[in-house]
Amino acid sequence: MKYGYYPGCSLERNASAYHESAMEVAAALNLEFAEVEDWNCCGATEYMAIDMLPAFALISRNLALAAEQMGNGRQQQLVAPCSACFLNLSKTDRYLRDSPELADKVNQALAAGGLHYKPGSLRVRHLLDILVTDVGFNAVAEKVTKPLYNLRLAPYYGCLVVRPVRKTPFDNPEYPTSLDTLMRTLGAKVVDYPLKAQCCGGHMTQIKEHTALEIIRRLLKNAADYQADAIVTLCPMCQLNLDAYQDNVNKHFGTNYNIPILYFTQLVGLAFGISPKKLGFGKEFVDAAPALKKIGAEPPPKAKKPRPSKTALPMPAPAEED
Amino acid sequence: MTSPTTARAPTFFDEVVAATPGQSNLSKCIQCGTCGGSCPSGQDMDHSPRTLFAMIVAGMRDDVLRSNSPWYCVSCYYCMSRCPQEVHITDIMSTLKRMAIKEGKYKESSAADAPDFSGTFIDFVESYGRSFEVGLATRYHLSHHPLDMVKMAPMALGMLRRGRMDLTPTKIKGIDQLQAILAKAKEIGGEAS
Repeated sequence: MKYGYYPGCSLERNASAYHESAMEVAAALNLEFAEVEDWNCCGATEYMAIDMLPAFALISRNLALAAEQMGNGRQQQLVAPCSACFLNLSKTDRYLRDSPELADKVNQALAAGGLHYKPGSLRVRHLLDILVTDVGFNAVAEKVTKPLYNLRLAPYYGCLVVRPVRKTPFDNPEYPTSLDTLMRTLGAKVVDYPLKAQCCGGHMTQIKEHTALEIIRRLLKNAADYQADAIVTLCPMCQLNLDAYQDNVNKHFGTNYNIPILYFTQLVGLAFGISPKKLGFGKEFVDAAPALKKIGAEPPPKAKKPRPSKTALPMPAPAEED
Repeated sequence: MTSPTTARAPTFFDEVVAATPGQSNLSKCIQCGTCGGSCPSGQDMDHSPRTLFAMIVAGMRDDVLRSNSPWYCVSCYYCMSRCPQEVHITDIMSTLKRMAIKEGKYKESSAADAPDFSGTFIDFVESYGRSFEVGLATRYHLSHHPLDMVKMAPMALGMLRRGRMDLTPTKIKGIDQLQAILAKAKEIGGEAS
């Protein structure tokens, strides 16, 4: 299957591990990702706070370029691995579809650069959506050669991937589970992670440090409470905040968290037998090596279910962890 | 006698709605408070989103634009996805940020640095077409929290050592095209931008 690929600024450098592992996994699954040529920044959360129409125009240049490069006509698929890029691109397409007046203004601006975008020409999708929906769990399972047995993972979706800015989000906005299932498909043990769809604080680390560190602390504590060996993420901002600021959180709150923050593509690649170096391991601030050593060759023995006592009332049993 | 006119001067509420893209649904707010209860940074806001919306309806322009609340919004859309009335809360927060900048009111809030962070970020985007983390962090922190530079040095070095940061910005090929598009957008923008 052919897709347009919009990496976004973070994946060029700060999240290069995400880009490298995404490319490795895509190749292993025969996904064809063609990078949008000469794409520009999506404006993150900053541009919309300053100026509205230029913010939409900035994003629309990418949509116009992608649609043009992929050939107009049928609706094309554009993949964004970064949650903020994904939200900005898909939200803009939807707002342009919903408001012909806005679409007209944006196209007047695009015309100054010789471009045009017909709303709806692209379907913008997140990389996770491609893996769980288009590829599917069965096809992923077939490629697993080194299962991640014994590794306890906290699945962290962050905020923007599952929010219903698109009318039909691919997973539940309150309690998504697609990443859970994907990680289980790799043989890992997935722990419950009640804060899985909470925000990482985004740019707050730069604006109000205490507010940001408190948001990050809660996320780390929640994973530590469930004895996760690592937190799995699908967004460069989430990875950066939880990884690079973990030390600051420990200093600020007197805590002692030491939880590696990994991209889901790194774990998929690992289970496919791809070498850790090719997957960008080693670029994380909190070293992932000790956690990866826990991966066992055999699946852990299944705990025996205790037989209910004969005198016990017929109450529903608590759900098992997996 | 001239015929009575049904037109009235636009209220602050009308202005906010007009400056928000698409349907803001602000008029549908039922003051339930689900937004504030869902907000990850709500505890540090001067006013919860619900309160802020009531203040907009009451025409408390200065108090709304001086509030730190829009600047504490992390744009996570949690409130928006939970709002039973589908009020576009995150979009309204962006509108309030733009209005506060335009009228200079943000300077009176406890989050007065925030607009400059956004401004510095987009300066680099407008000059190069891509974001530039080193430039952003250096310029923004030097002008606002120079003492934090010492605190940030270890992280910056860590980023460099791990190959996660570039010292020079990347410029897109079509920067002239992008700048022409943005200039035109600013020209058309008018009130809503």
